Amino acid sequence: MIYLDNAATTKPCPECRTAVARAMENSFGNASSLHGLGTDSLQIISRTKRTLLSALSGTKTPLEGEIIFTSGATESNNTALLGSAHRFLHRSNKSNKIVTTAIEHPSVAKNILRFEEDGYEITRLAPKDSADFVESLVNAVDENTVLLSAMAVNNETGFAIDIPYLYKEVKRKNPKTIVHVDAVQGFLKVPLDGDLISVSGHKVHSTKGIGALYIKKGEHILPLLSGGGQQHNLRSGTEPIELIAGFEAAIKAYKGTHEHFSELKNYLLERLSKMNDIGINSKEDCLPNIVNFSVRGVRSEIMLHSLEEGEIYVSNGSACSKGKKSEVLTAFGVSDKDADCAVRVSFCAENTAAEVDALCNKIEKTIERVRR
Amino acid sequence: MKEIILAKYGEIALKGDNRSTFEDMLMRNIKRRLKAVGRFELTRRQSTIYVNPLDDDCDIDRAVECMKKIFGIGAIQRCAVFPKDFSAVTANLKEYLNDALSNAKTFKVEAKRSDKTFPMNSPMIQQQLGDAVLDAFPHLGVDVHEPEVTVRLEIRDNGAYLSALRIIGAGGMPVGSSGKALLMLSGGIDSPVAGYMMAKRGLTVDCIHYISPPYTSERAQLKVEKLCEEMTGFSGDTRFYCVPFTEIQEALRDNCPEEYFTVLMRRLMVKIANKICGRDGYGAIITGESLAQVASQTLPALYCTNAAAEFPVFRPLIGMDKIEITEISRKIGTYETSIMPYEDCCTVFSPKHPRTHPKIEDVLAAEQSYDFDSMIEEAVTKTEVKRFKYGERTVFLE
Repeated sequence: MIYLDNAATTKPCPECRTAVARAMENSFGNASSLHGLGTDSLQIISRTKRTLLSALSGTKTPLEGEIIFTSGATESNNTALLGSAHRFLHRSNKSNKIVTTAIEHPSVAKNILRFEEDGYEITRLAPKDSADFVESLVNAVDENTVLLSAMAVNNETGFAIDIPYLYKEVKRKNPKTIVHVDAVQGFLKVPLDGDLISVSGHKVHSTKGIGALYIKKGEHILPLLSGGGQQHNLRSGTEPIELIAGFEAAIKAYKGTHEHFSELKNYLLERLSKMNDIGINSKEDCLPNIVNFSVRGVRSEIMLHSLEEGEIYVSNGSACSKGKKSEVLTAFGVSDKDADCAVRVSFCAENTAAEVDALCNKIEKTIERVRR
Repeated sequence: MKEIILAKYGEIALKGDNRSTFEDMLMRNIKRRLKAVGRFELTRRQSTIYVNPLDDDCDIDRAVECMKKIFGIGAIQRCAVFPKDFSAVTANLKEYLNDALSNAKTFKVEAKRSDKTFPMNSPMIQQQLGDAVLDAFPHLGVDVHEPEVTVRLEIRDNGAYLSALRIIGAGGMPVGSSGKALLMLSGGIDSPVAGYMMAKRGLTVDCIHYISPPYTSERAQLKVEKLCEEMTGFSGDTRFYCVPFTEIQEALRDNCPEEYFTVLMRRLMVKIANKICGRDGYGAIITGESLAQVASQTLPALYCTNAAAEFPVFRPLIGMDKIEITEISRKIGTYETSIMPYEDCCTVFSPKHPRTHPKIEDVLAAEQSYDFDSMIEEAVTKTEVKRFKYGERTVFLE
């Protein structure tokens, strides 16, 4: 099996699997229990938070603030947006602007749509419309902007934004603007900063069912789930200690490097360049672990199933949209025709050039078979 | 209080000398379907099948639900059984009829005495039963023309049967009594409905489906298998033939005029179905075609497809609108699965401008330009068969 769909989800690493099993065996206590077993769990939680704060910043200086564990990035994004809405919903009639991008994940985009229905003025910027996307985001912010929500790295193309710069500049223009970053694909790959940052475990070789939301020191949100008051009342429900332990192990064991991904991407591009009628949708401003390209004349789904015959797994656009046409690629200036034929290859540390070779050989065979 | 279910015949009652053949088949179908519900004893007398639960904790509601889908049953009646003693009936009447009558406004009674040794005649039973019901439920009014509830008491050879609930059955003929046929199941809304309609006329319906990986996905096949499984609810155990069709479609694409692609594809599908019908003893092919619905269902296109068939082709939807078909699809519970978005092989390579008025000479000429016969043989050999059993759930795709 050649797994090249790591932007959809990753295989849990051995360190994660061991940590999950160990926690189930030895540290199954409820973190709210006062006895020793509960304390063990509390310590795992507390340690993982520290690990996360360091990992998020991507530098030697950890971020400062609170971490809450969620069921995944969808919950993190919902908590971030709906939980902070109380801060600006009734602020004043004038402060009614929200800045975001046209390439967000539905768990962000649909909440922004709700704000729009509530009367907020939404600016949605598409990468195809500006030469310097970060600057155009900063420029869109003014004294009436209550929220900026942007994804660090796009899941379909790998397009990356300099988030620490964006955060600094937005805060300089309007310190009151809440900055939310969906960092699902950027986590462990690029430095991050923001008032609220969403991350997910299963994209970094941890399990599904665990994610986190970073809340900057001094920032306040309301909980989405109320109940027993766990996690400082911000996310009630007994903490899934096994998943949290696995999450920490996966972060510590993460092996993906820019160099390795670049090698793979360059090799893939080289091979694709020798084939006819290929469009590359992931440009230079994209991280190298995701390569989106269009094999014209072969619909994505057919390519996907043909590769599947050779036990090669890739994705058509975004796995979340389940076969629906990707509006996101349009925002990158990809034509509808090319979007129909878009394939997304996404790497992890274990992928090799030989696997890229096998992928390209099968693509060539598929082209020969399907194109007429 | 013991309850039993009576299944009254539909059309079977009209049969003559061969009636018992149909009765046997219906009994067998009921027995087989009820196996999943519990233990029952089936007997038949006077145009009625008595379904008698053998265990006290038997789920009668579920048994009735199950029987509502069995073709050949005209009406289903739930009854309480009493000894043939009128006072035993009146003593328990209030308890048994409470659910049916406490919220009703009007009623009437019907009495029937097939056991002529019973001391009261039908009019007498009717009168006294009416009085007893009114005593028990004084709020009721009598309406002999349009009552909300009809209370029935039948004095039969082996007991007195009291009921207030008569459910219309599925009608039709017992599945299997008309033989067996092969349904071309695509995954759309229409074909399961066509299967349902022919099962209703007494056919055992098995399904044939064509797959074209990598042009079609595994999910598309699972979807069709799920439809097949859902169809077992009314047609009973079903066989599923899955035909590998990729190579034929590719050969069609590469060797035949594009505008004839669809009609040629349909013909080759029918030819494969011919072989399987002949080999496995099917008497007919069933399709979900509806006149003029799409390019391959115009009169000339149907003529060309039909010319490839060696067996009668049943098209029960031929005169129906999409709206009518959809309505049945919802009723029989296949609609939600049918609209799942996985593409089937019919749309693979489909031309932008298909011929709506193909000429049979042109179609035959195109077909003969390539050796499809050996490909058909190979596809038939490589066809896989699965079996879906009534009441079992093996396909999971939500």
